[in-house]
Amino acid sequence: MKPAPFAYKKARSLDEAVALLGEKDARLLAGGQSLIATLNMRLSSPSLLIDINGLHGLNSISERSGTVEIGALTRHAQAERSDIIAKQAPLIARAMPHIGHPAIRNRGTLGGSIAFADPAAELPACLLALEGQLEASGPKGKRTIEAQDFFKGLFETALAPQEVLTAIRVPAAGKSSRIGFAELVRRHGDYAIVGLAATAHADGKGLSDVRLAYFGVGNTPVRAKRAEVALAGGDVDAAVDALDLDPHDDVQATAKVKKHLAGVLLRRVAKQLLEAAA
Amino acid sequence: MSDNGLDIGLTVNGERVRERVDPRKTLVDFLREDLFLTGSHVGCEHGVCGACTVRLDGEIVRGCLMLAAQCDGATVETIEGMSDSGEIGDLQKAFERRNALQCGFCTPGMLATAQDLLKRGGIPSREQIREHLSGNYCRCTGYHAIVDAVEAVAQQRNGK
Repeated sequence: MKPAPFAYKKARSLDEAVALLGEKDARLLAGGQSLIATLNMRLSSPSLLIDINGLHGLNSISERSGTVEIGALTRHAQAERSDIIAKQAPLIARAMPHIGHPAIRNRGTLGGSIAFADPAAELPACLLALEGQLEASGPKGKRTIEAQDFFKGLFETALAPQEVLTAIRVPAAGKSSRIGFAELVRRHGDYAIVGLAATAHADGKGLSDVRLAYFGVGNTPVRAKRAEVALAGGDVDAAVDALDLDPHDDVQATAKVKKHLAGVLLRRVAKQLLEAAA
Repeated sequence: MSDNGLDIGLTVNGERVRERVDPRKTLVDFLREDLFLTGSHVGCEHGVCGACTVRLDGEIVRGCLMLAAQCDGATVETIEGMSDSGEIGDLQKAFERRNALQCGFCTPGMLATAQDLLKRGGIPSREQIREHLSGNYCRCTGYHAIVDAVEAVAQQRNGK
């Protein structure tokens, strides 16, 4: 199918993008790798597309005093090649090859993936596991939103209608940081049936501060907090038993299958976390 | 076209092009309908099948997930350009020799994606080839012959 008609404007500044978002049914166009698909299928029909691809200063990756900051317009391919991300934000580096395919990663942006908030997407779960922060700019200026407060529902975020996501911040990995990542997909690069992004601190031969963020099992990425406690206690079987996820049936799998797969992934990820810790 | 047409100027396969486009026209439809470059195919129109893959400023992209309006000032290369320049002659020969195509619908996108991997240099593993081509559907071949062809060209280009 073809998109319904819309007007198109290239924003020349962030302020202009924010102002244009005040127009009726206006949408931001970043990488467009989800948005244009929905336009083509007429699942969405905005009256105005505000192209923010030309905005300067929103695609840099930096590390300063223990925090990695990634501009929202950073493309997946750029993040995939970044030394800073590989060394300081290894969970994001690990997730990156699973996001779409090479041609998609050349256009898609990290900010776009996060603001779109697909419940089966990798990056929102990574941010939750990393306890990252999002920076947004709107008519009233800048504000910072904690990742745990950002994902509100199915494709729904804490961003106000006229706010633009500008940066993603995650704590830089330290010596004791451990990460784990696994997902199950029918075809490499597709949205996950179930996926798991995890962080922990190595604590002697065990783990502390375990954070397990599942995706593809609810309307938003979700933390499995009871399993986190069990895994920090070193008992993987108990952690699997403690998984209190409540997935729904979807086109890919039934809730029962998803619950089973969540346990399979937990065992794989626990192995990654513990092997690295030992 | 509605009255909000946009003037764009870009380079397509080495030629300067100036056109007025409807904002809602995708890059692949622009290439096919306005420039009559019908080598790029329209399959799923939502980024899944890879048949519309073209190069934009040297990087492969989905032609169905870009608007022509976004390509103002860009350099676009289609299968026609890659073919005419001889850049992928060896890859095309290998596809033919190994029956890496049957109906041929996916082939332009498959060649563009394979060349993207090969021009990074070295000899990728079969697993890496499969991973790189994972976003390109082929409903005829079962992929083995395609992986064979790409692997053979990688070896050939590296003097093996």
